[in-house]
Amino acid sequence: MNLNQLHPLQPYLWSFPRHPGDKRAEVLLYGTAPLLVSMDDKVLEQIANVASLPGLAGAAMTMPDAHWGYGFPIGGVAAFDAEQGGVISAGGVGFDISCGIRCLRSNLDLYDATPSLKELADTLFRTIPAGVGEEGEIKLNPAQLDQVLQDGALWAVRQGYGNAADLEYIEERGRVAGAIPDNVSELAKKRQRGEMGTLGSGNHYLEVQVVERIHDEAAAAAFGLREGGIVISIHCGSRGLGHQIGTDYLILLAKAAGRLGIHLPNRELACAPIESPEGQQYIGAMNSAINCALANRQILTHLTRTAFAKIYPHATLETLFDVSHNTCKVETHEIDGKPRRLHVHRKGATRAFGPGHPMLPERYRAAGQPVVIGGSMGTGSYILAGASGNQAFASSSHGAGRAMSRNKALARWHGRELISELAQQGILIRSRSMRGVAEEAPGAYKDVDLVAEVTEQAGLARRVAFLRPKVCVKG
Amino acid sequence: MPTESPRYFEHDADIGIVGRGSTIEQAFETGAQAVFAIITHLGAVQPTSTVTFEFEEADLEFAFVTWLNVLLGRSHELDMVFSRFHVQRHGNWWRAEASGEKWRAGLERGVEVKGATLTMLSVKQTGPGWEARCVVDV
Repeated sequence: MNLNQLHPLQPYLWSFPRHPGDKRAEVLLYGTAPLLVSMDDKVLEQIANVASLPGLAGAAMTMPDAHWGYGFPIGGVAAFDAEQGGVISAGGVGFDISCGIRCLRSNLDLYDATPSLKELADTLFRTIPAGVGEEGEIKLNPAQLDQVLQDGALWAVRQGYGNAADLEYIEERGRVAGAIPDNVSELAKKRQRGEMGTLGSGNHYLEVQVVERIHDEAAAAAFGLREGGIVISIHCGSRGLGHQIGTDYLILLAKAAGRLGIHLPNRELACAPIESPEGQQYIGAMNSAINCALANRQILTHLTRTAFAKIYPHATLETLFDVSHNTCKVETHEIDGKPRRLHVHRKGATRAFGPGHPMLPERYRAAGQPVVIGGSMGTGSYILAGASGNQAFASSSHGAGRAMSRNKALARWHGRELISELAQQGILIRSRSMRGVAEEAPGAYKDVDLVAEVTEQAGLARRVAFLRPKVCVKG
Repeated sequence: MPTESPRYFEHDADIGIVGRGSTIEQAFETGAQAVFAIITHLGAVQPTSTVTFEFEEADLEFAFVTWLNVLLGRSHELDMVFSRFHVQRHGNWWRAEASGEKWRAGLERGVEVKGATLTMLSVKQTGPGWEARCVVDV
């Protein structure tokens, strides 16, 4: 990205000035000069297009890990006001609706776990269905699937996958309201029949990690984290059902936009007014997919506990938090001193409520919401806490962000060699796809340390702990 | 069987796929090969089972995305992987078939494709033939 197009507002915040005649709203970009320079110009083009959509509240924003997406940039945040003709955008949510991370803390430490890590890696690999073409053991009939779409993780807990304590630490307590399963196509439901409790592919993973460094002692204590402790992160989403909803509605909303009088600078921004029948139809389907994702991560949590119990019989795994990063949620935010109900799109961005927010569980209320910035399988990830005074609709970065395309990574690395190299560094990779491993090579990602540091310096979230991977099951 | 190597173009996070042919239909078919070559090694897939479907779409670009997404949807629904593709256009109606087999142990596991997007989407005449392209989300 050419920095000459931008105007620095603060050390970590830039604006994209409007020219006379520009009808778009304000665009704000979080990041440092080096991070912004490393981004494709398409990021700026895409977020400027988002800023031209009707009913935008405040500014359209990008997080420090932003990169070129489809319609919205990945790392894009935009809030729309239904009363001002605001829109809901399928492109602003993405294909993998409610993709996110479930983080589990354990009572194990690395010293105790190390002798059996290889056995654990093999057991997790056998237990967690991962990768293209892999189905789960849970097969649901249509009525059962509709219950999943209504009740989310609550459904899973009722079926014996996990416990009620898990629900306390999932966004919306594991069940988002407003799901309308009838708005989900038959094909979407059929695609999900064998995919409950599966990890998926691409950048999805299950990692066993060690807390290598604590940045914020008080927040770490609130989150139950200690140096040397073992943590598990599960990254996945709403699987085939969410992908098909994204597919179904992308074209439906792209066609509806013209009919409803919305000028789309690019068809990939497919959207409809929130209050329109088409908009409401998508919201009902999207909320169904969010519940599907929450149930899926709850089942994977149960499978992870099952695998751990075989290797470490005294292990306890508690849900630290479950947070999505491809969503649109209705939230109240203050703009110009007035509270407004907004539809906040976060495409590759994490909600990051600051200390004291009433929607946080009591245990975390003083610290702020746990936020996860997932890095590559060779470097590590960060747990952060939502910061006070976050001006980005309580949003934060969600990952390291790719520095290199999948095609380039595939040409540069080989899966088996990478697995061997990482094993020498003490990181055990298990995957059925050597192509997938090569595409996800650590060198294909940006510097996660830099993204987390800038996220903190920009006032979006505070670093709490750094997690180093020890075992990674890749899809 | 694919007659030439699948074509791709660059995208930061996902993968751009290209289909080319002397007709629109052939461009759609080679585009589908490019998508499924991300998922597995097509040469190893036995076309033992065939799926047929049809859809209505007047817009050529939306038709390309719909064609790819129905293929992906059906392959997930049936737990299959496709390697051979055929599509015929009759006005706004598209009649399609895809052949392949159920996933089995011997098939190489590539990367799951979530869906075809409207990003960098185009279907156009290029000199002697047609080219269809878009970004697929993986």
